[in-house]
Amino acid sequence: MNAFKVTISIFFTAVRKEIIQQWRTKRFLVILAVFLLFGLGSPVMSKMVPEILKSEPGGEELVKLLPPPTAADAIGSYKEFIGTFGYIIVILLGMNAIAGEKESGTASLILSKPMPRWVFVLSKFTAQSLMYTLAILVGALAVYYCTFVLFGAVDVLILIKINLLLLVWILTYSGAVMLASILGKTVATAAGAGLGFAVLIGLSGNIPHYGKWSPNGLMSWAGTLLENTEKAVAIPGALIGSLVLILIFLIGSVAIFERQEIQ
Amino acid sequence: MKIDPEIHPSAVDNAISCIGLSRNYGAVQALKNLNLTVPYGSIFGFLGRNGAGKTTTIRILAGLALPSSGSAWVAGMEASRKDSVARQRFGYLPQEPAFYRWMTPVEYLDYAASLFNLSQKERKPRIDEMLRLVNLQEAARRKIGGFSGGMIQRLGIAQALIHNPQVLILDEPTSALDPAGRYEVIELIASLRGKVTVFFSTHILNDVERVCDTVAIIHKGELLLESSREELLNKYPINTAELELDNHGQADGKWKETLEKQPWVNSIQTEQNIVRITVTDVACGKQALLPLVAGFGLLINRIQWVRPTLEEIFLKISA
Repeated sequence: MNAFKVTISIFFTAVRKEIIQQWRTKRFLVILAVFLLFGLGSPVMSKMVPEILKSEPGGEELVKLLPPPTAADAIGSYKEFIGTFGYIIVILLGMNAIAGEKESGTASLILSKPMPRWVFVLSKFTAQSLMYTLAILVGALAVYYCTFVLFGAVDVLILIKINLLLLVWILTYSGAVMLASILGKTVATAAGAGLGFAVLIGLSGNIPHYGKWSPNGLMSWAGTLLENTEKAVAIPGALIGSLVLILIFLIGSVAIFERQEIQ
Repeated sequence: MKIDPEIHPSAVDNAISCIGLSRNYGAVQALKNLNLTVPYGSIFGFLGRNGAGKTTTIRILAGLALPSSGSAWVAGMEASRKDSVARQRFGYLPQEPAFYRWMTPVEYLDYAASLFNLSQKERKPRIDEMLRLVNLQEAARRKIGGFSGGMIQRLGIAQALIHNPQVLILDEPTSALDPAGRYEVIELIASLRGKVTVFFSTHILNDVERVCDTVAIIHKGELLLESSREELLNKYPINTAELELDNHGQADGKWKETLEKQPWVNSIQTEQNIVRITVTDVACGKQALLPLVAGFGLLINRIQWVRPTLEEIFLKISA
């Protein structure tokens, strides 16, 4: 077997190990459960809000002023849930990836074997990406089903587009947390760095002239898709910017990790 | 065996070669131009006090750290370039090995073997063989998270040998173990004689005396000595009288104070009822020692003139 084939075989072995680890340590179940909750909870909450308001004194008058909830509100609420809690979930699940292995000493045993360091980093990112993809899929199916039951027909194509944008948005944070996990000597410092990166990404939308390239634009894009399909404003810059940012985070992660001394 | 085409001449015939190896951490020089060769087939003890540079050397050999200058070679491949192919040649066990606690030994060994590109057909019998070697068959399907220190260390040796390497690099394999665990690991290392070159660092001299055939002493990042164990011991003359007293309580007393004042006495070490008296003038010591201790009415079971121990030599060299 030539060197390239051997390296690819090691890469898939490492990805398999990461997936098994996520399953055995229950991380996989936790994230699926969270996204399932987002998917099921958002339509229910959208439907229930007027009922809840009605039960309050003077609530009936208030409800008359509000437009009746729609399928778009339900999906919008799902998007907001992910926008609010998504990066926190990514930090909590990703901070441990490299920093935890360096801190515990498991990395030194593995990296003394013929596993290139880029494989070590990218196998973790690949496994995490698969986990988030599945989680988004579960969330999308749940929000589709619940919205359909409570509100009627849902535009499947719009729902798919929104979920793809959400996935890219999550993967951008995942790339940032991977870099943070490499920079941090401990899990705690990695979490701090991850939070710092998340804040920077959050603020990047406000940079004059460059804000349109920010991953925040993905959320805005998803929002306009919900408002009215004919008036939806595509923000391709945000998609390109996010993909470039993911690439920068991964290249940076590998470059830094290659130079690091493993304890 | 594939040899690096740009191999350094001294790396051809040796299992390990460090050539002008230096490593700086800021202003601190952890290694200073280290030149070291480990012959094939040896069990090589790499001795030094804490902070001498043993772990730094081993981390460079294992590809976990880069040298500031110089190169390190293992079985004909340069290991200090972080080349992942070079890591096929050796097995490595760090000072405190850490495993994925959710895995079982079988799963970990299977994972390690896959990283060495062993086929599924090769892996199964090799894993069984390794578990037998380190006596972990009964715990083979238990989670590693519940293992004792001795079991962890034995699993560490198994994973380091899984791909049948030419060289085994062990960093202080016994320092964190209780006496029983230490005994097991040293016996295991001794059983590898003739099968694989073993390079292990330690500051426990008893371990070295029991299994090593070659030793090197490193101090403050510099190599002080490299020699076969017998050669090293033979270099030092028989200058120590070992007295076995009949009664433990006799080991301390006025006789010892009197002995310490003698001009021909260099040092006195006591361990239970064994007293080791190192002298500067052997002829004078042989003439005067026995009458002196007999004068105090001590009951002596045995007296023997011996060489200094490796521990005494080590302390003298690295003082």
